Amino acid sequence: MENKELFLGNQAVARGLYEAGVTVISSYPGTPSTEITEFAAQNDEIYCEWAPNEKVAVEVAAGAAISGARAFSAMKHVGLNVAADPLYTASYTGVNGGLMIAVADDPGMHSSQNEQDSRHHAIASKTPMLEPADSQECKDYAKIAYELSEQFDTPVLLRLTTRVSHSRSLVTLEPRQDVALRDFEKNPQKYVMMPAMAIKRHAFVEQRMQQLADYAENCALNRVEYNTGAKIGVITAGICYQYAKEALGERASYLKLGMVNPLPVALIRNFAEQFEQVYVIEELDGIIENHCKAHGVQVIGKELFGYLGEYNQEIVREKILGEHVPFVQTDLDIPARPPVLCAGCPHRGLFYTLKRLKVRVSGDIGCYTLGALAPLSAIDTCICMGASVSALHGMNKARGDDFAAQSVAVIGDSTFVHSGITGIINTAYNKGVSTVIVLDNSITGMTGHQQNPTTGYTIKNDPTVAVDLEALAKAVGFQSVRVVDPYDLDETYKVIKEEVAKKEPSLVISRRPCVLMKYVKHRPPLTVQTDKCKSCKACMQIGCPAISMRDGKAQIDFTQCVGCDVCTQLCKFDAIVRE
Amino acid sequence: MKDLNVMIVGVGGQGTLLASRLLGCAVMLEGMDVKVSEVHGMSQRGGSVVTYVKAGKQISSPIINKGEADIILAFEQLEAARWLPYLKRDGVLIVNTQQIDPMPVITGVAKYPTGVLQTIRDCGVNVVAMDALAAAMQAGSSKVTNVVLLGAMAQHTDIAYDIFETAVRQTVPQKFVDMNLAALRLGYDAAKAC
Repeated sequence: MENKELFLGNQAVARGLYEAGVTVISSYPGTPSTEITEFAAQNDEIYCEWAPNEKVAVEVAAGAAISGARAFSAMKHVGLNVAADPLYTASYTGVNGGLMIAVADDPGMHSSQNEQDSRHHAIASKTPMLEPADSQECKDYAKIAYELSEQFDTPVLLRLTTRVSHSRSLVTLEPRQDVALRDFEKNPQKYVMMPAMAIKRHAFVEQRMQQLADYAENCALNRVEYNTGAKIGVITAGICYQYAKEALGERASYLKLGMVNPLPVALIRNFAEQFEQVYVIEELDGIIENHCKAHGVQVIGKELFGYLGEYNQEIVREKILGEHVPFVQTDLDIPARPPVLCAGCPHRGLFYTLKRLKVRVSGDIGCYTLGALAPLSAIDTCICMGASVSALHGMNKARGDDFAAQSVAVIGDSTFVHSGITGIINTAYNKGVSTVIVLDNSITGMTGHQQNPTTGYTIKNDPTVAVDLEALAKAVGFQSVRVVDPYDLDETYKVIKEEVAKKEPSLVISRRPCVLMKYVKHRPPLTVQTDKCKSCKACMQIGCPAISMRDGKAQIDFTQCVGCDVCTQLCKFDAIVRE
Repeated sequence: MKDLNVMIVGVGGQGTLLASRLLGCAVMLEGMDVKVSEVHGMSQRGGSVVTYVKAGKQISSPIINKGEADIILAFEQLEAARWLPYLKRDGVLIVNTQQIDPMPVITGVAKYPTGVLQTIRDCGVNVVAMDALAAAMQAGSSKVTNVVLLGAMAQHTDIAYDIFETAVRQTVPQKFVDMNLAALRLGYDAAKAC
């Protein structure tokens, strides 16, 4: 056991990158993909960076691969939409050194705004896609991906799902393979994608996919596990293989597909022929199922399991075997426990202010999306990264100046750099009057504290230049730029009220570091002097998880309170004091 | 050692992840196959969180479904009730008596139920309840509540106590090892008395 480690799936992918001799990584954080790049960055042999967004990241990785290195980029499912542009054409150019892009889907939406299935991108971009089912396969498939990439001259997608990325299982470690930088020869026919060249490369892509389809018929990635006497056949991939194995055990035989694009035909047909009943078990869309049916193989899939959320062994057991495991249940009415902004979160004071101002709020993606929940209830829309700024511009153009005087956009520092900057350029250029509030907490928060171009540090925590948000806003045409401390409720209220009234675009930077950062010193916790508390519940309006009502009086949980004093400003009776 | 399915449930920020890592490490030291499934991202922000630790000869699914957990280690009473259906009929519920109001209770649209532990006991469930927060404060910090509870759990597994100590030494930063070992011991002894 000496060389076995209990690794997260993401950590195992990072180990695979290390062992495969990868030298360049560029990624944008996104749950559940983030830890791949964080773990990879712990190796001095690999150059790693956080890019401002996924499009930039994949372009950096594609450039590194074309110039002869083994390169990598990781992102969440919606990140691949942003990076789809370089992906679809990198499929045409192919590679020189190997190129792998990991994309992490989030069935069940643990931390995402939609439940899209990234396998569609593999099909549409005509690139091979591998899907591991545990941490060992994460590492092994990452290494195989580089072999395939160089053998077939293609980027390779590695599809992960939350349960694979964020589960730990045992991984056998092997040494790093040093891979020499390949020569970078001038070859415009392959690397300059203008029509005359690209049309020939398209022909190459079609031929390559045919070769990969042939490969899929016989490769070790796709394997059959027979169990004697089993009447059920299961075709599956990724985490669903584990659920099926746990639920059905030796009562079924399995065709486990490690390569989910392109899919084999003969292998599936030969497998399916041997069983009375064949099930396809795949989360999200019915891609394997539709492939089977298109080739005349009768299978049961989505009609039984549906398109929504995560599967598990219980679902497989019930749907296929009709068996249930008994369990205990109380008749207690158990309230939900939704996620909340942390005690002391700087976003809280800002959202409380927006609620007081009764403005419409065009929201964005990050911790601060939680400002949409009660009691703050301060966000009206949230679509995708960067949409707060551009959607607000659209609302203001549609509804006019009176609406604009009562509306704002909110966007975090990392999200602003990701795709908010183009939005403010659009607003200024097209004579918009939006008030855009950058929630600058000096870190990429929701994904677990990654540096970004506004923080002044690289992924390795080396000091670097930081984007000057004030100067940037002025440079694109926002003349009115203000900075507020969201812990100061009166000042924040005054500044935002002034800025929304202006008939010009304005940028307000709500600036205070995330309270979870190690360098942020917490003040001693606050406490309620019960005799002074009039039970008015003013302090409850900010939705702080540390404040609750006990026996009719407010009470502050000392284990959570960080002494931010936002609640103190709301108490008219001076009942909240420092311990 | 026979197969072991443990669910660790609580409120985001209570340290359930570290507890699951320590348990995963202990099981690995025992030489068993192990899978640990964690929650990262949005749910970690004060929401209901659950982590699964499964040990045995060969583990397939990393998650636990209803009626499959040998042990539920609950960091908070309401979360114990929420995840109770996942316990096997003869399983053990180890629960911290701490109560943390969820936002719907704070905003007044819902009530924190009363008599949670008694209701669970009335269902015939083996409940081990303790004030792990107080024990953690005794060990030196509210932050080691998770390790107190892990110590309590150690009473209910086949894994030797010193394996848990080794897991703490291997996982926790050096300067916090003593405090965590003290917390582990307090939990272990408290569960023996239960």
